[in-house]
Amino acid sequence: MGNRITVPAALCALLFLMVAMPHVGLLGQYGVTFLCTMGIYIILSASLNLVNGYMGEFSCGHAGFMAVGAYTSSVAGVFLFVPDQVFGQPWLPMALTPFAFPIILAAGFIAAALAGLVVAVPSFKTRGDYLAVITLAASYIIKSAIENVEAVGGPRGFAGMGKIVQGMDSMAPIPWMLVWIFLGVTFTIWILRRFVYSTYGKGVMAIHQDEVAAEIMSVNTNKMKLIAFMLSSGLAGLAGGLYAYLISFVNPASFTILRSTECLVMVYLGGMGSLSGSVLSAIVFAILLEFLKPLEQLKWVAIPLLLILLMQFRPEGIMGNRELSDVFPKLKRFYRFK
Amino acid sequence: MALLEIKDLTQRFGGLIAVNDFSVTMEGRELNALIGPNGAGKTTVFNLVSGFYQPTTGSITINGVDTRGMKPHQVTSLGVARTFQNIRLWNDMTVLDNIRVSQHYRLGYSLADALLRTRRYADREAAIERTAMELLEFMGMKDLANEFPPNLSYGIQRKVEIARALSTKPKLLLLDEPAAGLPSTDVVELIKLIEWIHKEFDLAIWMIEHQMTVVMSLCQWIKVIDFGATIAEGTPEDIRNNPTVIKAYLGDEAI
Ligand SMILES: Nc1ncnc2c1ncn2[C@@H]1O[C@H](COP(=O)(O)OP(=O)(O)OP(=O)(O)O)[C@@H](O)[C@H]1O
Ligand SMILES: [Mg+2]
Repeated sequence: MGNRITVPAALCALLFLMVAMPHVGLLGQYGVTFLCTMGIYIILSASLNLVNGYMGEFSCGHAGFMAVGAYTSSVAGVFLFVPDQVFGQPWLPMALTPFAFPIILAAGFIAAALAGLVVAVPSFKTRGDYLAVITLAASYIIKSAIENVEAVGGPRGFAGMGKIVQGMDSMAPIPWMLVWIFLGVTFTIWILRRFVYSTYGKGVMAIHQDEVAAEIMSVNTNKMKLIAFMLSSGLAGLAGGLYAYLISFVNPASFTILRSTECLVMVYLGGMGSLSGSVLSAIVFAILLEFLKPLEQLKWVAIPLLLILLMQFRPEGIMGNRELSDVFPKLKRFYRFK
Repeated sequence: MALLEIKDLTQRFGGLIAVNDFSVTMEGRELNALIGPNGAGKTTVFNLVSGFYQPTTGSITINGVDTRGMKPHQVTSLGVARTFQNIRLWNDMTVLDNIRVSQHYRLGYSLADALLRTRRYADREAAIERTAMELLEFMGMKDLANEFPPNLSYGIQRKVEIARALSTKPKLLLLDEPAAGLPSTDVVELIKLIEWIHKEFDLAIWMIEHQMTVVMSLCQWIKVIDFGATIAEGTPEDIRNNPTVIKAYLGDEAI
């Protein structure tokens, strides 16, 4: 029993540190923003791993779903709390923002999950390269659609979310976005871990390893694909919502193929079909991006180069399809992959 | 009511008629064979029965239920399980997981139960694991539960694949060339295994097999097809001496 407490206890301690450290000046604005970015990367990488790693499809349109979540959460928040030219007077007082924020994020999740249907349904009949093209097309459609909606600023982008974050700050002086992102990461890992560990979720891995056998051995493959795509895109939408509030601004240019590529790099860096791999690779990737910042655009030479080297020398990624607790069995004292 | 009733089944692939006006009835508990030269259409018949293809014409009923329009997983839930000519285990899953996942149609809990780790989830997962372990133990493979299929010999992989099929609790077990690629010592083992399964599990077995020793020593009724059409059927004795069958096989070999 004692072991089962360890992980929640560690999470609570972490959360406490995150709230307390900036308070006593141990963690500056730079550090907070960096941790936030890292958290968003973890959500993106872990959620894409469900489709590309566990299910073995090649989705390269993750940024599209992130965009759907980002815009939905932004519009929902501004509509409810901020006076806006298009959306008019706010419906709710600022004091409610800390309570309404999970609902705002949930709206982004749901909208992105529904957008996931756009690729889930073709996946019933198509796979491999063709499906990859469909996911790419879907992300372009989403981006162009947003560019053409004047109400959300078209290509110029959409702002106003900063007021909501300020609203939360005025309620209590804690690093709100860090807290929300931490909770978002915890939720993502929690839901994915429970999914892939269950016999139910292992149907997804059966599809990866032999779809014909899966179908014949009673796995409802269409339903499993639907769930996997929707869960994955929904979580990308959650990451999008958090991102929008973190930088208080969204524009279509933030959700290009480059963003999807980042997600792909993290999945392959961490290892397909390894959740701990996805978390590790997102951390490594965020640190790497920070170090490569002075290179400006040149970092997009450095990162692919890194990917090529990785594919040459360790094609299975950091973790392969194993989990941290498989590599270091002693960790099982503290948590099991269940 | 017959367990399996196939009536006037025809399957075309473009201009090719892979199965031609094929009919068969199995009442349940039989051990029958479907034989014929390479490319005769045997595997196609199994693919049709398991719902993998939709027949061009004709009908398939299982326990009185017409399977037209059904997905393979729905057919499986009617009590049909099969193995494949080329072994198709899930190679990155343990033997135990292979047998757990194949119980997908009767998991007995929903996605929400899995995510919320409800009581029902815990009970059902425990039951699924118990069923799988019992089956492995019954078939003498308990020690292999945590092995990955590629680490096992070909013969054992065949046996695991049969166990996986049995875990769906079938009334009709389709075996597609279970002896293919086995060394002759393993073939003897396989004959014993199939006999034992037929005795211990309450089911009918229908198998495709090229090795005549297996077919002749196990099966009660044999159907022979060539170019998708039935050319003979009867007891092993009838088939052994049937000139049409001998001609089909020799003709095949002469090419
Ligand atoms: N999906 C398909 N599309 C087109 N043609 C097919 C398809 N499946 C099978 N065929 C053709 O149908 C014919 C029958 O094939 P089938 O696999 O049923 O033969 P078989 O009797 O099982 O042969 P073997 O003993 O070699 O396994 C062959 O000519 C094959 O090429
Ligand atoms: Mg065949």
